[in-house]
Amino acid sequence: MSRRTRAAAVALLFTGACSIQHYQSTFSDAAVEVRQFNILFVIFLVICAIMYLAVIAFLVAGLVRRRRRLANVMEDGRHHESDPLLRTALIGWGVVVGTGLVGLAIASFIADRSMANAAASEKLSITLTANQWWWDVRYNSADSSKTLRTANELHLPVGVPVRIILNSNDVIHSFWVPSLAGKQDLIPGRQNDISITPTKIGIYRGQCAEYCGAQHAHMALVVNVDSYADFLKWWRHQLQPAPPPATPLALAGYNFVTGRNCSACHAIAGTPASGTVGPDLTHLASRRTIAAGTMPMGKGNLYGWVADPQSLKPGSKMPTIALEPDELHAVVAYLETLK
Amino acid sequence: MNEPPEVREEDERLAKEREKLARDGPQLKGAKLEARLERTWHRPPGILGWLATVDHKEIGRRYIVTALLFLAAGGFLALLMRLQLARPDSNLISAQRYNELFTMHGSTMMFLFAVPVMEGVAVYIIPLMLGTRSTAFPRLNAFSYYMYLFGGLLLWGAFALNIAPDIGWFAYTPLSGPQFSPGKRADIWAQMITFTEISALAAAVVLVCTILKTRAPGMTLARMPLFAWAMLVVAVMIIFSMPAVALASSMLISDRLVGTQFYNSWEHGDALLWQHLFWFFGHPEVYIIFLPATGFVSVIVETFCRRPVFAYPVVVLALVSTGILAFGLWVHHMFATGLPRVGYSFYTAASMTVAIPTALQIFCWLATMWDGRPRLQVPMLYVIGFIITFVIGGLTGVIIASVPLDLQLHDTYFIVAHFHYVLIGGAVFPLLGILTYWYPKITGRMMSDTLGKIGFWTIFLGFQLTFFPMHLSGLLGMPRRVYTYPAGLGLELPNLLSTIGAFVVASSVVLFVINGLVSLYRGAIAPANPWGATSLEWATSSPPPVYNFAHVPVVESRTPLWDIAGELPVVTGLRVDEKEILLTTVVAATPDLREPVPAASLWPFITSIAVAIFFIASIFSPWAVVFGAIPSAIAIIAWFWPKEMKREPEPVIT
Repeated sequence: MSRRTRAAAVALLFTGACSIQHYQSTFSDAAVEVRQFNILFVIFLVICAIMYLAVIAFLVAGLVRRRRRLANVMEDGRHHESDPLLRTALIGWGVVVGTGLVGLAIASFIADRSMANAAASEKLSITLTANQWWWDVRYNSADSSKTLRTANELHLPVGVPVRIILNSNDVIHSFWVPSLAGKQDLIPGRQNDISITPTKIGIYRGQCAEYCGAQHAHMALVVNVDSYADFLKWWRHQLQPAPPPATPLALAGYNFVTGRNCSACHAIAGTPASGTVGPDLTHLASRRTIAAGTMPMGKGNLYGWVADPQSLKPGSKMPTIALEPDELHAVVAYLETLK
Repeated sequence: MNEPPEVREEDERLAKEREKLARDGPQLKGAKLEARLERTWHRPPGILGWLATVDHKEIGRRYIVTALLFLAAGGFLALLMRLQLARPDSNLISAQRYNELFTMHGSTMMFLFAVPVMEGVAVYIIPLMLGTRSTAFPRLNAFSYYMYLFGGLLLWGAFALNIAPDIGWFAYTPLSGPQFSPGKRADIWAQMITFTEISALAAAVVLVCTILKTRAPGMTLARMPLFAWAMLVVAVMIIFSMPAVALASSMLISDRLVGTQFYNSWEHGDALLWQHLFWFFGHPEVYIIFLPATGFVSVIVETFCRRPVFAYPVVVLALVSTGILAFGLWVHHMFATGLPRVGYSFYTAASMTVAIPTALQIFCWLATMWDGRPRLQVPMLYVIGFIITFVIGGLTGVIIASVPLDLQLHDTYFIVAHFHYVLIGGAVFPLLGILTYWYPKITGRMMSDTLGKIGFWTIFLGFQLTFFPMHLSGLLGMPRRVYTYPAGLGLELPNLLSTIGAFVVASSVVLFVINGLVSLYRGAIAPANPWGATSLEWATSSPPPVYNFAHVPVVESRTPLWDIAGELPVVTGLRVDEKEILLTTVVAATPDLREPVPAASLWPFITSIAVAIFFIASIFSPWAVVFGAIPSAIAIIAWFWPKEMKREPEPVIT
């Protein structure tokens, strides 16, 4: 082939890649960590491309030469002889490959060390606990009144090194927000951590990167990188308990949610609902997605999710609870107030 | 003479005995010898004879055909997955079914196709290449095939019954443990592993002994064909790596069956223990698949460039060092698990080091082409496709050996692209080449050259179209093992291209199968040595007679058929009234012993049935381990029961 065909295909794919949104792409400069990845990746890519071209050039040369009259082949009875040049070339090739690999290994080691050193200076600590198939988020603070719990969404202040402590409640998952940093596994019985220093305000998407069962594909995480002021505003708002229901319909929903099945798993601050096996719902309606990125937040999707989670995310741990139509209207009306 | 009369009597008796003995040699050669050998070596008739056969060629053929059927089945599942992934947010296949599909695809390709097909080819060709009449331990060889077959039937039977495993081919705990995978799906996967482990270990023992002890006289280790070297390294690797996964899967089964909690971190087990044991096997596994393919490449390059592979000692040392280094790399599958960060650097360095022997091997093949006169026939085209493709996979392997890079690329489609470049480019392309190359030896007919060339170009281009865009999907943030992906991330185009490419690859595989089937009846009749090759398998007719060689050839150089004009020198004196092979010494291959070869026997088959019942029943009850062991033990005892000697021990002929 058709190296040209391939080059054309690559060019096509890369121009295609540039025109799309990069909120889940490693082609990003939104954090210190991903920048280091990109620099190192380019170094590796260039050296590997040179190696590849050398191999292909030798292959082509060998094939082009095949029509020459003198060759060390059995037809000429010279098959036990070798071109003396090749012996030198073999040693040279070994030296080139060895040097290249040593260089790459050193570059990799230096990048790795610098990432590890950056991790020492974190300012904000978050505990992320993975569950089949959602993320439990806790913002840690020495002041327990400022500790907050939310789900499936991270808010990070730009320019502040953050340390995320990673746990799992069930199977092995992997935390991965490609636009910010590489991945790190969440393993039951172990505690891992990862450090990120976001450098660019924006919304990024991450998703579980270790196969974790039926709904592995629907275990996403939204990361909002805000200015420090916006972040503090968000934090203060999240520390508020849920507002009391204002309309009769919302009140009916409040009674259903806090009195019946929902509160066994879900917690809503400021209400009797205090289950911990499911995501915290205190500020549910302020989040961007429902069910760990399965669908965007909105009235219609809330209806669908509350009425029949098992069709929208089959295998999800949220059971389908048979609701009367008026109960459904009430529950959704109440959930919508949880801004 | 003053010998006592009993000594004289004994001498006379021995002289008579000697006359009765039939051996090949000047008095017994040509058609008469061949008829006699045919009578001694042919297998018993009928279906029972078919089940009882210990002929390495029949077992090798069955291995190859079975493995190719599993390749087709696993490939079909890949097409279903590609259909699901052709569009974002697709609902064609449910999450549960998709998870079963990728588990079945990976398990089938790794355990039921890639390793067995290499063993099958080796079991068929190695004895011919070494100039002997049989493998060592031919009954063990038959047993190995039946265990493999039953393991495959267990997995695919479960799929047909809708209880296929859904835990991935790697079956990470605790997802595969009793708490998160209730039901029998994970147990079926683990027992399939047990079957294929036993099969692979048996085949490995057969191959090691065959290669070390049955080589033709004069075929010293330094004259051994490179494919035999590759298989020797691979068989030793199997013997060292399979026990790790045997241990891991037995511990998983006992966690699931009797609650041992090895992997349960809540009960002081360790979830990561599985990954260490699994990858201690799993990484060598990749080389167990790749090294036989390097053997194929050496064979093809040698034949079609018309000269021996350049720098034979370098290639041999590369094979051996790859085999050793392969055991020091497993942690590079675990860079994201949070093990001590500085310790990772060792595995980065080790993973990069393994690129050196591979780079040297590639240089040697290219140097052979440079120094020779390459003929671009179909097997050689596959070698060229192999180099263009595999080197990309090798270089992306260097990229992901780096910890900071792997933390981004790990478990993404970049990895999917990487290992398909390595496994399809590095192993399947050479396999298709070598099947084309050895097809005339196995069937006695040539494959169609035109269909072969069309097939090569479609699979080569289709492969690039399928897997090259996956590098990009991975960099754009697509993780592996997701049954769907959202629109708007830029993943639509690369995924659509991959799906189109997958169908091109599938059509090419169909073409290969058609070519294989049609050529079986319509192909040109193959002479003994259609490619003008140099190794001993081409010294006998195509297809070879059941006894392989009328006389055992003697080897005087690394390229026997190129160095000797006319008939090969032979050794004579092997018995023809009973199956017998010549054993030679391990290094110098000087004649050592004449070894009787076991007759065809139903016991390997019966033993494999008993063991299969034992394993499958133990999915359901721990008591099967107790009661299942009884029939298995009886069958094994019957198999090993000492045979009555029909004649008196033969005299030593001096």
